[in-house]
Amino acid sequence: MTDTPSFAEFTPTADALPTNIAIETQQLCKCFGDNEVLKGIDLQVKLGEVVCIIGASGSGKSTLLRCCNLLEQPTTGRVLIEGIDITDPDCDVDAVRRRIGMVFQQFNLFPHLTVMQNLTIAQRRVLKRDKSEAEEIGRDMLVRVGLSEKVAAYPAHLSGGQQQRVAIARSLCMRPDMMLFDEVTSALDPELVGEVLEVMRDLARSGMTMLVVTHEMGFARRVADRVLFVDAGVIAEEGSPDQVLVDPQLARTREFLQMVIER
Amino acid sequence: MSKRRRAQLIRWAVYALTLLGVGALALWIDWAHVQDAMLRPDLAKEQFPDILTKAAKNTVIFTVFGFSGGLVLGLVIALMRLSSIRAYRWFAVGYIELFRGVPALLTILIIGFGIPIALGSRIPGTYGPGAVALAIVAAAYMAETIRAGIEAVPKGQMEAARSLGMSHSRAMASIVIPQAFRLMIPPLTNELVLLVKDTSLLSVLGVTEATIELTRWGRNATNHSANATPLVVAGFVYLLLTIPLGRLAAMLERRGKQTR
Repeated sequence: MTDTPSFAEFTPTADALPTNIAIETQQLCKCFGDNEVLKGIDLQVKLGEVVCIIGASGSGKSTLLRCCNLLEQPTTGRVLIEGIDITDPDCDVDAVRRRIGMVFQQFNLFPHLTVMQNLTIAQRRVLKRDKSEAEEIGRDMLVRVGLSEKVAAYPAHLSGGQQQRVAIARSLCMRPDMMLFDEVTSALDPELVGEVLEVMRDLARSGMTMLVVTHEMGFARRVADRVLFVDAGVIAEEGSPDQVLVDPQLARTREFLQMVIER
Repeated sequence: MSKRRRAQLIRWAVYALTLLGVGALALWIDWAHVQDAMLRPDLAKEQFPDILTKAAKNTVIFTVFGFSGGLVLGLVIALMRLSSIRAYRWFAVGYIELFRGVPALLTILIIGFGIPIALGSRIPGTYGPGAVALAIVAAAYMAETIRAGIEAVPKGQMEAARSLGMSHSRAMASIVIPQAFRLMIPPLTNELVLLVKDTSLLSVLGVTEATIELTRWGRNATNHSANATPLVVAGFVYLLLTIPLGRLAAMLERRGKQTR
C-alpha cells in the first residue's frame, strides 16, 4: 500500500455532538465470580484521540475495552459514549454499538459469507441501506485497506493479515464515530503485523477516535496520543507515549516493558 | 514357536472354525423350504408396483412431515434450551428428557390412541396423527443436535455481529444459525435415516388404505398370503431409501471436514 488512504470523512464533527468526550468510564468495576478484574477504572477518551492500553495478560485491559461497548456488562460503574450513559437499562445498546466499531484478535469474519457480504450484511440488516449503496461503501473501504481484488473471496482463502484488514473495513462500513481494537495483531504471523498496523496508522492520522489494546510498543510509541498502563484492574500509570514507554515512573511499568522488549 | 507364528496359527484356526460353522448351518437349513417361505419370486413380483406407489410413498411422506416438523420444533426447543430465561430452559430440558426417555412406540400410541380418548377428537389430516407423533419424537433428538451445532459456532461470531449493531435475534438468524446448520447437515442427515426406519412404528396405529406404510404393507401382505416374502421385499425397499441417504450423510461429512 503505497498511496496513503484517507479516512478523513469518518471524523465526526465535534460541534454536532453534545460533548467532545467520546468514551468515558466512571468507577468501572467488573467481577467474574469472585475474581475482580476491573477495580474502579476512570477513563476519558476525547474525540479524535488515539489511546493505547498496555499491560500484562490478565491485567483486565481487554475486559476494559469490552465494557466500552457492553460486550461485557460492567458489575458497577458507568460507561458513557458521547455523553450517553449506555449502562442505563433504558439505553438502546444496539443503536450505540453502531457508532462504535470493534476489531477482534481472532478477526471474527463471518466464514459463510464472501468478503463483500461480510462488509454489507450489517449495513443492510441494521442500517437498512440498499444493496447497491452498501456495496459501493464496501468497495470504497476495501480500496482503503488495499484489498479491492478480494471482493468475492471467502475469509478462509485470505491470510490472517488480509482477514484482519477486511474486519477493519467491515467496521468502517458502519461509519462509526470511534473504534475499539482488541489485540488485533496478536494472532498474526510476524510478517503480517505490519500491513494491519499501517491501516490503523492511516486511520489514526485521519482523525478517528481509537482505543487500542496492544502489545505493539512501537505502534503505541508512534501513533498514540496517550498510553495507559493497566495493572491488576487499575490504571497504574498514564501519560504521553514518551512518558509511559520511555520514562515510566513505576517499577511495575518498567518491569512489564522490560519483559515485552526482551520477548 | 515365535509370537508371530502363533498369531498366524490362531488366525487360521478361527477362520476354519467360522467356515465350519457356516457350512454346518448351510447344510442344516432346508433351503428349498426357506425359499418357499420367504423368497418366492411370484409373491415378490406381486408386491410391485403398489409397494412403491402406495407403501413407500407413504413412508416417504411420513418421513418428510416428521422431519420438517421435527426440525422446526427442534429449533424452537434448542433455542429455548439456550435461552437466558430459566423457565424456557427447564421446559426444553424436560421435553428432551421426556421424549428421549420414553420409547417412541409408546409416544406414537399415546398420540394415536390416547389423545382421541382424552380430548374427544383426533389430530386432523390423513397423515396428521402419525406425522405429529414422529415430529414430536424427532424434535427431541434434533433439538440436541441443533443445540450442539449452535454451541459449536465460535462465540466471537456473535460478538462481531453484536458489535456491528445487530440485535441478538438478528445475529442469531443472519450469522449464527446459518453457520450452525452447515455444521449440522451430516448429523441431521443421519437423523433422517433413523426417521425413515422409525416410520415403521406407525404400523401399530390403525392404518387405513390411505396411510399404509412399508412395514404395515409387509405385515398385511404376509398375513394375506401366509408367506414372509412381502416382509423381505419391504426390507429391501427400506434399504433403497436408507442406503443412499446414509451415503449422502457420509459424503456431506467428508466435504464438511475438507472445507473447515
